[in-house]
Amino acid sequence: MLELNKDNFEEEVLESEGIVVVDFWSESCDPCLELMPEIENLAEKYEGQAKFAKLNIKGNRRLAMSQQVMGLPSIVIYQDGEKQEHLSGEDLEASEVDEAVANYV
Amino acid sequence: MAEVYDILIIGGGPAGLSCAIYGSRSKLKTLVLESSRKLGGQVADYHEMENYPGVVDTTAPELVDSFEEHAKKFGAEFARGEVAELELDGFIKKVRTEKGEEYQAKSIVIATGAEPRKLGAKGEDEFRGKGVSYCATCDADFYVDLDVVVVGNGNSAIEEAIYLTKFARKVTIIVIHEEGKMDAEKLFQERAYANDKIEFVWNSTLEEVKGEGIVDTAVLKNVKTGELTEFDCDGIFIFVGRVPSTDFLEDTEVDLNEQGYIITNDEMQTSVQGVYAAGDVRDKPVRQVVTAAGDGATAAVMSQSYLEAEEHWRENVLKTDKQVVVAFWNPTDNDSLDTLQTIEKLGVEEDDNKKLVKIDTYRNTLITERYKVTEIPTILLIEEGEVVERLTKPAAEDLEEVLS
Repeated sequence: MLELNKDNFEEEVLESEGIVVVDFWSESCDPCLELMPEIENLAEKYEGQAKFAKLNIKGNRRLAMSQQVMGLPSIVIYQDGEKQEHLSGEDLEASEVDEAVANYV
Repeated sequence: MAEVYDILIIGGGPAGLSCAIYGSRSKLKTLVLESSRKLGGQVADYHEMENYPGVVDTTAPELVDSFEEHAKKFGAEFARGEVAELELDGFIKKVRTEKGEEYQAKSIVIATGAEPRKLGAKGEDEFRGKGVSYCATCDADFYVDLDVVVVGNGNSAIEEAIYLTKFARKVTIIVIHEEGKMDAEKLFQERAYANDKIEFVWNSTLEEVKGEGIVDTAVLKNVKTGELTEFDCDGIFIFVGRVPSTDFLEDTEVDLNEQGYIITNDEMQTSVQGVYAAGDVRDKPVRQVVTAAGDGATAAVMSQSYLEAEEHWRENVLKTDKQVVVAFWNPTDNDSLDTLQTIEKLGVEEDDNKKLVKIDTYRNTLITERYKVTEIPTILLIEEGEVVERLTKPAAEDLEEVLS
């Protein structure tokens, strides 16, 4: 999965055509670490249909907040650079992400 | 045929894991069914752990990791799944998950715990992940040098507020009680008062969450005057108690109290035979990691003695063509010793059509209570599972009459 940061976020997400799924996470967020491998599976499943990327909020806190993300884990789905959906909560399941992404591809 | 577990534990928090340690160590075939990705239950979201006896220097995640390691050491099995349906009548019980997997077990221990209660304030759901949080460890990083509000005044609220001061510029605790009164234990209250990053708003509750995209205002309501005030903040953490996770028991015979907690006796037995409850999900006064672990141990031991008594009864009394002479006795009771002697003299054990089964009323309360035996010695004659004769404190002549 593509690693996002301040330098490439604009290009890879906001100026990107098609579907981009961004996984906001941090080292201190246990639910994020548990969810990550399942999101990586989804990245494989949707290969060629949606771009999956992750953003560590450590050092990118303001960038996350600019995307109105202030809670982890958060999965945000973008279509042609426009934010479409924001899934969040420590009980967030990969299956919910799967269902949400399926609506856009 | 699918495997049948001796104990199936629903929930992998401290109560469930402790039960798994005791169950698997006693060589019972034990399965822990956990709905979330990680074991540990509510403890998985905590950080500090200062009061688990004998473990002086640890964190909550470390402690729960060692619970897990401990249970695995003795061979407990683990599976992931959220319970959708239970079939609890009959000796073999069935558990079905939302994904359709089915498990079978002879006894069930419900250790599903509790989950954070939502406050129900306007905007609370809408701003989840955008400034409204129920998990300080997950989200504290966002609030470095920012202002946050903590709603609640129990142990969790005050502990989390103190944790958040390591990140935030200011933490304001919203307390529904009057000034100086909190539900948290004294130790936490003193720590909160001593922390210069913590401030309090008394007599108040959260009425509404507002913001543009992300939270910028908490609307607070004074519960005495009804007055509303807007409070600027960047995040709102809500810790207003917990609710038991017992929705899946709705269609079962397991009795719940008014708040939805499971009612048990001192042996962790629920209203359904062979079904036990342990930990925070149970109706009880103290909900701590150590009390949950204690419940789990009790549930495992009681479920083991239930299994032994029930299986012994089925094997020796219900599955035989012979007439079964059941003697309820107790080694400390002389009359019952005399009665046993009389039965032996009558040659019951040499008779091919008869079988003697002794039930120690002190050790085997399950069968004693099932047959409502209150006095010893009591003798039951059972044919094809049905009681055909019942003798309470019989004289030797009475025994002779029915047994020879």
